Amino acid sequence: MRQDKLIAAALMIVAFSAVSGLALITVFIFKSGLPLIIESGARGFFLSLDWDPKNGSFGILSMIVGSLAVTAGAMIIGTVFGLGLAIVLTQFCPREIAAILKPLIELLAGIPSVVYGFIGVVTIAPLIRTHLGGPGLSVLAASIVLGVMVLPTVTSISVDAIKAVPRSYWEGSIALGATEWQSTYMVLLKAARSGIVAAIILGMGRAVGETMAVIMVAGNTLEIPHGPLDAVRTLTSNIALEMGYASGKHRDALFATAVTLFIIIMILNTAALLIAKRGVRGGGR
Amino acid sequence: MSKSLAEWISSLCLTVALCFLALGCGGKHERAVNVVGSTSVQPFAEFLAEEYMAAHAEENVEVQGGGSTAGLQAVANQLADIGMCSRSLTEDEEKQFSGTTIARDGLAIVVNPGNPVTELTTDQLRALFSGSIRSWKDVGGEDGPVRPITREEGSGTRESFTHLVMGKERISRAALTQESNGAVKELVKGDPAAIGYMSLGLVGSELKAIKVDGVEPTGENVIADQYKLARPFLFITEGTLRPEAQRFMDYVLSPEGQRTLESEGLVRAK
Repeated sequence: MRQDKLIAAALMIVAFSAVSGLALITVFIFKSGLPLIIESGARGFFLSLDWDPKNGSFGILSMIVGSLAVTAGAMIIGTVFGLGLAIVLTQFCPREIAAILKPLIELLAGIPSVVYGFIGVVTIAPLIRTHLGGPGLSVLAASIVLGVMVLPTVTSISVDAIKAVPRSYWEGSIALGATEWQSTYMVLLKAARSGIVAAIILGMGRAVGETMAVIMVAGNTLEIPHGPLDAVRTLTSNIALEMGYASGKHRDALFATAVTLFIIIMILNTAALLIAKRGVRGGGR
Repeated sequence: MSKSLAEWISSLCLTVALCFLALGCGGKHERAVNVVGSTSVQPFAEFLAEEYMAAHAEENVEVQGGGSTAGLQAVANQLADIGMCSRSLTEDEEKQFSGTTIARDGLAIVVNPGNPVTELTTDQLRALFSGSIRSWKDVGGEDGPVRPITREEGSGTRESFTHLVMGKERISRAALTQESNGAVKELVKGDPAAIGYMSLGLVGSELKAIKVDGVEPTGENVIADQYKLARPFLFITEGTLRPEAQRFMDYVLSPEGQRTLESEGLVRAK
């Protein structure tokens, strides 16, 4: 009995140190980054295009747009393929094949991001350059690479969400004369919607935060992209590209970039939590 | 069950503590000479370190990239013995650090081998990189977009380029930004519209280094002060060096080390 309490206390300490670590990081980032945002003003920081840290201009609008563009592209690709895969795996695929396919897709999550970036640079970017034009390193290239990277997240969480729908829904739909596809599309996906949305938002979090692969394939220009074939710089790339050199104001500006990223990710996660909660309530009714 | 778990946890703690102790002790005895900084100098320093360690088995030199300014910071924070820097020091930096020129390097302007342009003037270069010339036709090439490729803010190569070519003009915001000589090389190799700048010693045979103001970018022309886009490669130190770091430094400046640098495509320190 005494030992149980001891272990419970030890585990509690471990849990709290993890949380306080997170709190410490948050405080540190905001403490280092906020003063610069206040000094440059929200307009000068968030809404200016002029990033020239040597001369004291810190506008990150192009990077915010870049991050959002790349993430949106990645989510389109990730959702189409991830959700498609999830539907095939749960509905239209023999059980034996699904048992091989699912772990294979989950393996994608184990490949280091540098490898994805490298593949992007040596194969995807040249293909885009020769067949579609533009510099090759582009929103499109980054979206494809990130889309593949979020596949495992989107697929496996969607599979779980679809599998959690009671079998009787499906049977009822079939009994009413609906085809398999109609039952999948109109009953299963509707019932699993909140889980699927949560899967997409979690994948989005990964896409927004990814750095290495994006630095390699996005081109890192400082302009707002006009189309999917233009190069962009994302918030994460900006931090990673310049942190080695930054000192003084420049360093603060990179922390301010991190604050921006932090806020974007917080918004995404809160959205995910809210949607997941709504799903639970809906399911209980 | 719970007893064995508690035992297991305590033995784990002990193991971790012992590991830290062992690492801490081992580390102090034979700390390698740390050389950190410019990705332009890095391959040459790596080569030097290899040769040096082959000749002196008891010595240990570790070379890391990261960029010129990162190298300076590493020296200032005592994370590195020697910093590598591929540009001249600023006045402020000169007060804090001492820089030793280990070699000089040309800054090559590189284009894809498929690009017919073989010669540009400094003015044309400035226009190409600032974005005021947008077609290769304007500088004697084929009609098509120009894609300037630059290095990230703070890179020694970028700062040398800005200083030597751009002057007061700014590099175009639309320029693609790559974070190492290797990445610039990879991009120019594949893109017929690209133009970039990189260390002359690293150009290799897959890219075309063009003449600037009519002068061929070669080591001889850098020595003779004919080729204007040249910059020093510095080893940066602060205060007195540890003896093992000093020995490596001496080796680099010795005729033997200088010969190695020359055979790798650099120009010996005058």
